[in-house]
Order: sequence, then C-alpha cells, then structure tokens
Amino acid sequence: MAKVLMKGNEAIALAAIKGGVDAFYGYPITPQNEVPEYLSKHLLANGKVFLQSESEVSAINMVYGAAGAGARVMTSSSSPGIALKQEGISYIAAAELPCLIVSVMRGGPGLGGIQPSQADYYQATRGGGNGDYSLIVYAPETIQEVVDTIKESFDIADYYRNPVMVLVDGLIGQMMESVDFDKPVKERFLPEKDWATNGTANHPGRRNVANSLQIDPKALEEHNEHLQEKYKLIKKNETRYEMVNFDDPEYVIVAYGTMARICRSAIEMLNKEGIKVGMIRPISLFPYPEKAFDEIPKNAKGILCAELSMGQMLDDVLIANNGRHKVGFFGRSGGMLPDPEEIVDAIKNFSERVVK
Amino acid sequence: MADTTVKYEKTKGLTDKPLSYCPGCTHGIIHKLVAEALVDLDVLDKAIAIASVGCSVFSYEFFNCDAQQAPHGRACAEATGIKRVLPDNIVFTYQGDGDLASIGIAETIHAANRGENITVIFVNNAIYGMTGGQMAPTSLPGQKTTTSQDGRDTAWTGNPIKISEMFATIESVAYLERVSVHDPKNYLKAKKAIKKAFQYQKEKRGFSMIEIVSTCPVNWGMKPVDAMNWLKEEMIPVFPLGVFKDKGADNE
Repeated sequence: MAKVLMKGNEAIALAAIKGGVDAFYGYPITPQNEVPEYLSKHLLANGKVFLQSESEVSAINMVYGAAGAGARVMTSSSSPGIALKQEGISYIAAAELPCLIVSVMRGGPGLGGIQPSQADYYQATRGGGNGDYSLIVYAPETIQEVVDTIKESFDIADYYRNPVMVLVDGLIGQMMESVDFDKPVKERFLPEKDWATNGTANHPGRRNVANSLQIDPKALEEHNEHLQEKYKLIKKNETRYEMVNFDDPEYVIVAYGTMARICRSAIEMLNKEGIKVGMIRPISLFPYPEKAFDEIPKNAKGILCAELSMGQMLDDVLIANNGRHKVGFFGRSGGMLPDPEEIVDAIKNFSERVVK
Repeated sequence: MADTTVKYEKTKGLTDKPLSYCPGCTHGIIHKLVAEALVDLDVLDKAIAIASVGCSVFSYEFFNCDAQQAPHGRACAEATGIKRVLPDNIVFTYQGDGDLASIGIAETIHAANRGENITVIFVNNAIYGMTGGQMAPTSLPGQKTTTSQDGRDTAWTGNPIKISEMFATIESVAYLERVSVHDPKNYLKAKKAIKKAFQYQKEKRGFSMIEIVSTCPVNWGMKPVDAMNWLKEEMIPVFPLGVFKDKGADNE
C-alpha cells in the first residue's frame, strides 16, 4: 500500500485493524469520534466486534472482559472520558491483562474545552486509578508515528500483559498527513494466552481466573512486587525517545507530541540566529527516558520543558535532570497553541523561565 | 460395603473451596443451583462466571469454571465484553442487590436492553452484606440497617427498587423470573428457573435474569429460621415471586 493522506483519528482506527484488533468498545466524545466511527463500519464488516457502550465506565469494563477472554481489544476516549475509565484501567493493570487505550487529549479541567491540550500527562503517567500500577504510555508526534505505535502496541501489551496507552491530542487526531500503513512491526515472541478465561474446555484441568482481589496482605504485596519488577523490565526494554538537533546544544528543549512539532520550528529559527538548541523528545512517557538527560553537555545553559499544560511533565524533567542544569518552563493551556516565536522568545529570555 | 449406591454427591460444578458465606445465608444454596444447572446442561467447561463485589466477591473461587472478578457494579459490562468475543461460551454474572440495583444498574439495564445473551443471577437480600449491613436500594420501608438506624425513611431515601418489574418493560429481555429458596417448594422452582435461564442462553435467545429473594441473617440480626420467615412474610409481599417475562413461552 502506497502512502495515503488520512486524518489522525481515522489512521488510529485503521492502524488498529492492521494491528489485528478483535474488538472495540467505546463511548462518543470529542475530539476522538472518528476512531469509533471508522471502526464501527470496518470492524463489523469484517466479522469483528464493535460495540458502543452506555458509558466510558462500561466501555473499559467491556475491554476488561474481552481482554481476559484473550481477545485483542481496545478503547479510545478523551480527557473526561479517560477520567471515567480510570477505575477499570486500575483493575486491568492489576489483573495483568493486555489492551490498548487511545487517549486524544482536550483541554481541562472538568469539561474544559474540545481544543488540543496535553493536560492529561499526569492522568496518563500517574493514573487516576487506585494503587501502584503503571501503563506503558507512548506519545507519538506524527500520524506516521501514531500508526506505527498503534500497530506495535498490541504486541507490547500482549508481551508484558499490561495495558498500553497511546496519548495524542486533538490536533493530531484532527489533522491530515500522508502515512504508510505497511511499515513492518518489530518481531516479538508472543506466548500463547494460556491464561485466557475462555472455558476450561480449552485448558482441561485448570481454571483460569482474571482477578485483582488479593485478600491476603502478603500475597498482595508479592503481587505488587511482581508488578514493579515488570515495570523495571519495561523501563529497560521499551523506553523510547528522539534526540533532535543534538549537536553540543547551549539549550535543550524537552517536548513531546504536538508541542515537539512546534519546538522543531523554533529550533530551526534559533539555529539560523546562531543559538544552538537541541531537543529531547520523549516518545515513551512511561517509562520516562531519563537516560536521555545524561547526554546533555555539562556546560549547557539550561533545559526548557515545553508543554501544552501548566507544568506536568516538568516533574519528570526535574527528576531526570536531578539538579544538574537550570530548568525553565514554558506552558500554554486549554487549547491555546503557541507560535514557534513564543518558544524562540522563551529560549532567548531563558532566565525569566527558570523554575529550578 | 460391597453394594454402595451413591444417592447424593456434591456437584462437580463447585470447587472444594469452603464457602465464605455466613451460616444460614442462602448464597450457598444458590451457588449449588447455579453449579448444578451448568453441569446438567453440560456447559460447565464452556462457562465463564463473573464475580461481583459484595459477599459473592469470592465466587470466582467456588464455581468450578473459568471466571473473572469485576469492579463494583460492572459485572454485566464485563460479561458483555467476554460474550461478544466468545459468543459460543456460557457467560453469567452473580451479583447482589447493592452491586446490581445500585452502583451497577446502568450496566445491567443496558446489557438487558442490548439483549446480551448472558445470564444474570441476582441475589436480593435487601441489604449490603459484605460491608456490614448498610441500607440498600432494595431495603424495605422501615427496615433497620446500619445507615438507617431508625428504619428506612421512604420520604428521605425512596422505596425499594423493583428490578424484575423494571426489567420486564425491556423488549430485549428473553427470560426473567423472581424466585426464592426459603422452602423446598420454592427451592425446586428456583432450580427450574435457573436451569431454564441457562438453557435459553445455550439456545441464544438473549438476556436472562433470575432474581432470588434471599436472606442475610447476620446483618438482619436474626436467627436463620427467623430470617426465612421474615423473607416470606415481609419481603415477598414487596418482591412478589413469578415469571415476569418469558419470550420462549410467548413464542411457543
């Protein structure tokens, strides 16, 4: 298949089909509606499952059921909808079931707005569900990267028996770019889902149970320790980032997704003016690419964390920096996208931006 | 000992795990009926049980089949997710009145309205058992609970919600019956109803639910026999027994 011009949300849907999705459960919310709309047509036409649920709460629990039964399953939503899904996400993570959750961020808090935002960084990486769990969170920057990530996400989820979240914003969901759907996905050995609750006829002599209840405190702690071991392995194997224009930079910008796109333009403008600026672009937000910060030159003048939110990823930047460099912050919120000139200005007047 | 005849043995539909229910509670009887139905219909090895939150939270350890444990109220959503990807398996939820009639009423109504081909075993004992006897949406007017210590005030908290009556209005429901297990006659009726619900699912007729009016001696503060009598005299007038919907019978 040659490159096609496609809207982000529809590309998410087609990528999921290419990734072998068996079932989608979801509830309408702007700005991600083209995902379920596309899937409603194309999944049902191919004998797969598409079901519009009565709420986001139900959708994520349908995902839990189908994931437990061994299906490749996904849901998609946006900020307030993801908030409603947090309960189920915690249970799915606890029960170690694989699934894909697509989050197309809009402005918050509350109903907020429907314009692109990155204000759900905490929601994705810290989670609103209870307990010590983590998702694997990817924040692609282009529609091509979205497609490649979605296709691979099902394998990654299956491999680690952990939910994967692909985090984009309304801009990526709504814009069009040319994209190739047939780029090969990394080969992984995926064991049989011999844990699936699909009836003991499929695994005589053994009952399979999908469960998050551990009433014995010792067993619960052991389960938590096991989860943490798994997250360590994920950190080791699945951390992703891109170093952009990283040639002995004076300043380093840290930005992801749509904000990284804007910063690329700003970096070009700054370079033309002779100011050397590079960028760390985290692709995995959990695990966070802390090791990328080791590559920042000792004499760099500072790190600018740029977000379409009011300082959420900033926490991870401060942790990763660990006091080595001055850290400044630039943030816009509620769907207000900055021009690259604003980033240029923030670098030129870095001292005004320093938070630590 | 040469000519031993087996007159009775425990159903293979239950594991050997000791039940966690309080003495005198009817959950044990209901578990047995559900398990026997699965064995009688030869579907135990295709069955997936959904345990809910409440006293039956551990039921995934008791039914001798695959199982999933659902968040509070979400059993019917989870069952939907499974059944849609495994349409030839037998999927059932086992839920109490707090789980189904309060926090999970949306999930349950919409599963029924979609005609999900699942079976819901709804145990209604008019109280929150697991958490220690709080008022349920099904609690009777004047019923004393730990959160209605002077008795349920209907002007303040409403009247007992009647699930079977409500669900009878839903077009896609295939079979709906309210039963009780407080005496042998009703026990046999309940046994028949539960088996029929699973039979309907096996025949892909759609959503089936059996509401079982039940006791909670510990949280009602009664001896088991008194609890059975209270069920008969106080609960059944509010929750009358009978078949509320039977699409099979309508069509035959």
